[in-house]
Amino acid sequence: MLRYLLPLGIFAALAGFLAVGLKLDPKEVPSPLIGKPIPEFVLPRLEDPKRRFGSADLKGQVALLNVWATWCVSCRAEHQVLQALKESGVVPIYGLDYKDERDKALRWLQVLGNPYEAVAFDEKGRAAIDWGVYGTPETFVIDKRGIIRHKFIGPLTEEKVEDILLPLVRKLKAET
Amino acid sequence: MSGELGHFALILALCLAVVQATVPLAGSYTGNRTWMSVGPSTATGQFVFLAIAFGALMQGFLADDFSIRYVAENGNTQLPVIYKVSAVWGAHEGSLLLWVLMLSGWGMAVALLSRHLPQVMQARVLSVLGMVAIGFLLFMLFTSNPFERLYPVPAEGRSLNPLLQDPGLAVHPPLLYMGYVGFSVAFAFALAALLGGKLDAAWARWSRPWTTTAWIFLTLGITLGSWWAYNELGWGGWWFWDPVENASFMPWLVGTALIHSLAVTEKRGAFKTWTVLLAIAAFSMSLLGTFLVRSGVLTSVHAFANDPARGVFILAFLSVVVGGSLAIYAWRAPHIRGGGRFDFVSRETFLLANNVLLVVVAALILLGTVFPLIYDALGWGKISVGFPWFNKMFVTFMPFLLLLMGVGPLARWKHHDPADLVRRLRLAFGVSLAIGIAFALPVYQGASALMGLGIGLAAWLLLSLWLAVRDRLKHRRGARAVLRDLTTQGRSFYAMVLAHLGVAVTLIGITLVANLEAERDVRMAPGHTYELAGYGFRFDGVRNVQGPNYLAARGTITVFDGDRQIAVLHPEKRNYGPGTMPMTESGIDVGVTRDLYASLGEDLGGGEWAVRLYYKPFVRWIWAGGILMALGGLLAVSDPRYRVRVRRRSTATAGEALAGGRA
Repeated sequence: MLRYLLPLGIFAALAGFLAVGLKLDPKEVPSPLIGKPIPEFVLPRLEDPKRRFGSADLKGQVALLNVWATWCVSCRAEHQVLQALKESGVVPIYGLDYKDERDKALRWLQVLGNPYEAVAFDEKGRAAIDWGVYGTPETFVIDKRGIIRHKFIGPLTEEKVEDILLPLVRKLKAET
Repeated sequence: MSGELGHFALILALCLAVVQATVPLAGSYTGNRTWMSVGPSTATGQFVFLAIAFGALMQGFLADDFSIRYVAENGNTQLPVIYKVSAVWGAHEGSLLLWVLMLSGWGMAVALLSRHLPQVMQARVLSVLGMVAIGFLLFMLFTSNPFERLYPVPAEGRSLNPLLQDPGLAVHPPLLYMGYVGFSVAFAFALAALLGGKLDAAWARWSRPWTTTAWIFLTLGITLGSWWAYNELGWGGWWFWDPVENASFMPWLVGTALIHSLAVTEKRGAFKTWTVLLAIAAFSMSLLGTFLVRSGVLTSVHAFANDPARGVFILAFLSVVVGGSLAIYAWRAPHIRGGGRFDFVSRETFLLANNVLLVVVAALILLGTVFPLIYDALGWGKISVGFPWFNKMFVTFMPFLLLLMGVGPLARWKHHDPADLVRRLRLAFGVSLAIGIAFALPVYQGASALMGLGIGLAAWLLLSLWLAVRDRLKHRRGARAVLRDLTTQGRSFYAMVLAHLGVAVTLIGITLVANLEAERDVRMAPGHTYELAGYGFRFDGVRNVQGPNYLAARGTITVFDGDRQIAVLHPEKRNYGPGTMPMTESGIDVGVTRDLYASLGEDLGGGEWAVRLYYKPFVRWIWAGGILMALGGLLAVSDPRYRVRVRRRSTATAGEALAGGRA
């Protein structure tokens, strides 16, 4: 009898997780890291493995950290938005290239344009774990004191930039 | 006006669905024939009203009626007519309407084509379909009504997402939905049989053509989706392990297992409870896919407008349908007596092993898709399961599946002397092993262990198929004998050969393109030639072209093989107006053994452009294999046996007469 109940049990467990998952809405701002200082990390740069890029480079300014990868389709869709944001010169964008191949990533930037001031190359995804990266793309908004103030999950769109990002960046820039 | 008409038709369809779900079922328990006979007419009526609703929405698009919110959000006066039509299912509400329309279409087909079924069975099948329809119609009316009005009425609509303005994508969702929804019929048959407590060969035979038909649509839908991604996303990929792709691949894998399991249940009477479980699982996977895509619990490229209320509704619906059917399974399945016995070395064993492998792969894809969510729900933080994990998992399990696929068709039902099987297959095995090793040896560019594995397995599949065909033709010499076999009892065999051939062809395509493809991103000035994989690509500049509703930068790239000009490619970058992202339209020269593919990147100024060039060997084989699989399915469905026996069946009592079956 028990073995016939097994499928039902598995489904019940899955449904339970899905129910919790509904409340967790991945597009919502996940709480744990917001308001906390950025996690420490030092990684090789994508453009030049001999040079480093780390959390120290992010401090002292309002900045964005964008997590991306060449295998991520949504990142491709987001790229034009980042590029436009860079051209506007409102806020510097840093990249975290996540679980990727260096050659492909470099070619990606060469062809699509490079919106990043610098890109950290997180080949194994170690730093991304500390950043609580859930999937690509994700974009963190960091204030002058190196505190994470907002996190976008999923591709940035023009609406998100206009409605949320730009007002927030303006507000953070005004802070002392 | 058409909006209210459509809305009203939806409500009437819901009323009919309620009748269809309850009255025939009640009749089947009380033996009331009149009540049972309500099923077919309500199923037909439901389809008619949904067709009216669908037509009303389409009319809204064709007439640019922007007072309907959905039309205003997805339609536009500038849209070409074909995309006005496909815009009907271009977003959430409309695609849901297409879903229920198809569901009712399948219901009507069952009503019309299953007159020969025992009335009790037919009544229960239609009632189960009616219940599924109720769920979807309520979902639509309460959370996703496509006929909602908008006031003030905008002068112009926001237009269909440019990414979806492609002929491939106009037909991709309907095919996919036909497949998803089609599994509801197998599901309904399984539940009806469980309720009746009679899981016999007759039940399996009734389910088979329906299941295979749904599977054909799903196969074509996935194939087309992959082809579309390759054409339209502009970077030469054909599979991304995106949650939405996974949502269609899981039911396909389970459906494939179901098709094989149904064959065993029909012919040998074995695996009954397993088959029922697969029938429930295939449809559950379809529903789960809908939930994952529509509820917003996962992020995906296929960004549908999400709404938490929808998520809650679908989850509740999912729990009722899947939980309910699994509860019925737990209640009834223990009373089902096992069928034909078989030895360890027999076709049954091989099919069972393959079934298990297919289900394991489907389960792992499900796990990979929802794992980030589970991880998060347990409060362990957030993680992502990327592309590499899925690939690794797939490459780990698929070879075993393919190995067994070679043996299955040659093994006899019930018992096969292991020594004989080894004797028959050892040469084929040796040859494919040698081919595999030859392709893995680093004597040429692109050789790798994976290359050897893929090609070796493809050789194994092809050789063992050839052995099976040779066996079959041993006593059927000449074209006429083969033709007679094809038109009578042998058809399912040839259908299997065709579908398995499709798997081999897809496998060859995947292996070669994954290991031998070449891609370059180059900066090109007009007149500049770049060499890739032995072909010369000459960039002849970019000019602006006006499309029906976009402005395009259109590049010209002339391709040379040596001195001979072989193709002119026209990759485009289309701009659909403010607020939309530019779309890349790749220029492709199609070939049997290779595609030459170019897409435009950024304008670098001074006439220079960033251009992506690809050499994609054998990429067409991936989709050609999908088409072969679907053709195999078509051949199987057309098997006259389903109809011949069916006619006889109408006079006989349902059931056991054929349970033993012929091998």
